[in-house]
Amino acid sequence: MRFGVIVFPGTWSDGDCYWALGSVLGQEARYVWYAEADLSDLDCVILPGGFSYGDYLRPGAIARFSPVMAAVADFAAQGKLVLGICNGFQILCEAGLLPGVLRQNHHLQYRCQWVNLRVETTEVPFTARSKRGQVLRIPISHYEGAYYADDATLAELEARGQVVFRYCTAKGEVTAEANPNGARNNIAGIVNREGNVLGMMPHPERACEAILGSEDGKVIFESLWARPAASRR
Amino acid sequence: MPIDRKLLDDVALSAEEYNLIVERLGREPGPVELGMLGSLWSEHCGYKHSKLLLKLFPSQGPHVLIPPGEENAGVVDIGGGLAVAFKMESHNHPSAIEPYQGAATGVGGIVRDIFAMGARPIALMNSLRFGPLSEARNRYLFTGVVAGIAGYGNCLGIPDVGGEACFDATYSHNPLINVFCLGLVEIAKLQRGCASGAGNALMLVGSDTGRDGIHGASGLASRTFEEERELRPTVQVGNPFLEKLLMEACLELAGTDYIEGLQDLGAAGLTSAAVEAVARGGAGLNMDIALVTRREEGMTPYEVMLSESQERMLAIVRRGREAEAQALFEKWGLNSVVIGRVTDDSLATVRDGEQVVARLPISLLTTPPLYRLQGRKPPELDQLQNIDLSRLPDLPRPASEVLLRLLASPTIASKEWVYRQYDHQVLTNTVVGPGSDAAILRVKGTQKGIALTCDGNGRLCYLDPHIGGARAVAEAARNLVCAGARPLALTDCLNFGNPERPEVYYQLEQAILGMSEACRALETPVVSGNVSLYNETRGQAVYPTPVVGMVGLLEDIDKRCPMGFQGEGDAVYLLGPMGAEASHLAGSEYLALEHGLVAGQPAIDLDMEVQVQRRCLEAIQRGLLRSAHDCSEGGLAVALAESAIAGGMGFTGEFELSGRRDAALFGEAPSRIVVSVQPGQEEELQALAQSWKVPLLRLGRVRGRQFLIPDLVDLDLETLSQAWRRGLERALG
Repeated sequence: MRFGVIVFPGTWSDGDCYWALGSVLGQEARYVWYAEADLSDLDCVILPGGFSYGDYLRPGAIARFSPVMAAVADFAAQGKLVLGICNGFQILCEAGLLPGVLRQNHHLQYRCQWVNLRVETTEVPFTARSKRGQVLRIPISHYEGAYYADDATLAELEARGQVVFRYCTAKGEVTAEANPNGARNNIAGIVNREGNVLGMMPHPERACEAILGSEDGKVIFESLWARPAASRR
Repeated sequence: MPIDRKLLDDVALSAEEYNLIVERLGREPGPVELGMLGSLWSEHCGYKHSKLLLKLFPSQGPHVLIPPGEENAGVVDIGGGLAVAFKMESHNHPSAIEPYQGAATGVGGIVRDIFAMGARPIALMNSLRFGPLSEARNRYLFTGVVAGIAGYGNCLGIPDVGGEACFDATYSHNPLINVFCLGLVEIAKLQRGCASGAGNALMLVGSDTGRDGIHGASGLASRTFEEERELRPTVQVGNPFLEKLLMEACLELAGTDYIEGLQDLGAAGLTSAAVEAVARGGAGLNMDIALVTRREEGMTPYEVMLSESQERMLAIVRRGREAEAQALFEKWGLNSVVIGRVTDDSLATVRDGEQVVARLPISLLTTPPLYRLQGRKPPELDQLQNIDLSRLPDLPRPASEVLLRLLASPTIASKEWVYRQYDHQVLTNTVVGPGSDAAILRVKGTQKGIALTCDGNGRLCYLDPHIGGARAVAEAARNLVCAGARPLALTDCLNFGNPERPEVYYQLEQAILGMSEACRALETPVVSGNVSLYNETRGQAVYPTPVVGMVGLLEDIDKRCPMGFQGEGDAVYLLGPMGAEASHLAGSEYLALEHGLVAGQPAIDLDMEVQVQRRCLEAIQRGLLRSAHDCSEGGLAVALAESAIAGGMGFTGEFELSGRRDAALFGEAPSRIVVSVQPGQEEELQALAQSWKVPLLRLGRVRGRQFLIPDLVDLDLETLSQAWRRGLERALG
């Protein structure tokens, strides 16, 4: 598979994603400058974490107007894979490629810490190689990470199985204490209705090597190229 | 120009200094010239009271590539064609006035110093000191500073991997905010802050220039808070997004062949950046400040030359290659403009359009008078040092209770409340993050690890600046050794009061002598640093507080050593002298917390220190030690408790106490490390210690979920852990 890692002004997890995909997981990857418009050589596009445009106005609110975002929308419409991590998730929400918004953490502080995520579905390409209910230890790093959607949207997300990851305890229980930011329904990651666009606040690229404390993030990337044929779209 | 006291006061020059300027220049300086001289001759830029003392620091070593003072940061070779550039800087006064922006722009400044060298900043640390959190003003300053560091550092995507936070009434009106940055660079791509080659362009890049921060160097950083003046306008406001773009652009530029030098604009803004760069290149400059892009209309040449607007760099670009550099900056959305040229006349010529507003010899600007003053030991010190601590009752409160109180005291308690607000993982190099003796970063593509730590103890330096200075260096090195790293070199921030007062000068001089002695003994040269003087309010100086940021190397990162206990049944030892006499309580947290006393005569035996560190590192490299943790604030009992908490395992003491119980448990004798080994390897460790001639005392075992010291402490691990984990948050209320 060939990956593209988008670089907006202010993006900072681009190098980490590139390293995890290339040096750790042995995939082909290239950087995509925010002014590019052609993504046709790619199978999957990653919108990495960071502070695109300084997060000024609202995280993702300016980045969504970058030239590359029109290409990303086309790319997604073709059913190709799009993964937004942290700021990337915020941008995808602002761009309308995912429903809902990311609000300020309920405690009004930035949080960088390890969290546990429960895999809620394996019906999407991003989790095809994991098990339902599996607990992944992956860090978060954000100030605006509290997922919010109105009741109707939330009910629809839940009903259609679009919630992919939920904050949980080490044992997999979804509790208020395990929720690091006040996200509704402990939501840490969702997909669009078609299942080919994933947004998640935690950083799987930081959890791909034992020396960094966890390899649990690998399964999210590995699912993309090693997923069973049945779930390929 | 008619000269009066008020005018000189604005630029922080004395009448004698003014006369010296007139004499050396052969005429009276004009207003812009006076402003330039005032800021470059200020303590902050010119080090006029400290330079002669700073020369006492050992600064050479086999791996030192760039020693202090020569460039924006010190550079140390780590092998394999790679080097690390690092430096620490203070932002005390701005943070006391406006904590968020003061701290944020402190981060911005130190980061620019590092990427100006062509080094990619890969780690931040910060060393913070505030007054007691029981006071609302201190809570405001502390939470504001932490938010400012988080707000700026997080946006840049540089992990904040460690540091320290201490609380003491001495810092109530004058908090200390010291920020450290380390960058990684291929030696071949090292960039100099050097302007040479007549005709090369001086290109100003980044933010527009505004009226913020004028007199930051001369007014804010080089003066005390004696008079009530409105100082808020002297604090700058940061734009971390712009800094991120500037960083990426400059790092890209550093790899090209059209860049001659890079210099950041910090204290004294354009004046200092341009003059320092051409001084290093042995050149002159001619620039037209009418070309400087401004934030507001009507700025005078004086204001443009002294503005400390953030996020600006001066790039020295080869003649004829300006368009290429500008295209690169444009790609990153940055404004750049050629404001002048390097000359070969050794003069700084500053024009406003056609009109020359300053024309001064570079040598005059960069050679302020240097003062060597006569220090005097503070009169109260003899009495404080000679106080007979053995007359204090031995543990008037049960030891269990004391231990919990110490663990919960903000200085000792877990700093998770702080560091969870900082991204400490971005760049995916953080192998050991904040909360340990030292942080460890891997170096991608190698087997190496870089270890870093910050240390300082104002209380010990107050009681004996010489010993306290030596101990700051010794403890920093010990922290690195505990992690399994060989200490390489250090940077420092010297936070002191007004050096023009003999008592403060004594402290500064003695601390530097003490630090130097320890640096020589431990073979850790000083490669960069900063002085922050005038930290005082109404004649009351803060404790003399030298802060050391030290960097070490692990050739094999897999040979790192954790601080927490690792296995049930492991044997726990104290490497180094026990220290159970009343004198070992000198300057301890215990003495301050339980007896309200800051007293005693601190001590250190540097030969012992060297032996303990050398042997500990040797044992770690042999794979003998399962854990190692430095004994510092709170003494042996706190060190044992921290190893237990970090490992999530209990401890059962099996040692006989001789001497005073309070000193044995909570005394702060130096040169001590709590280590653990597997039961089968006890004999090997003991045999080694015999041959080493380093004291080794068996303390007990890692066992169960209780923390037991016979007849003295009996606590369950959870209680211990909660006290330590929640202490800081509880203090914040």
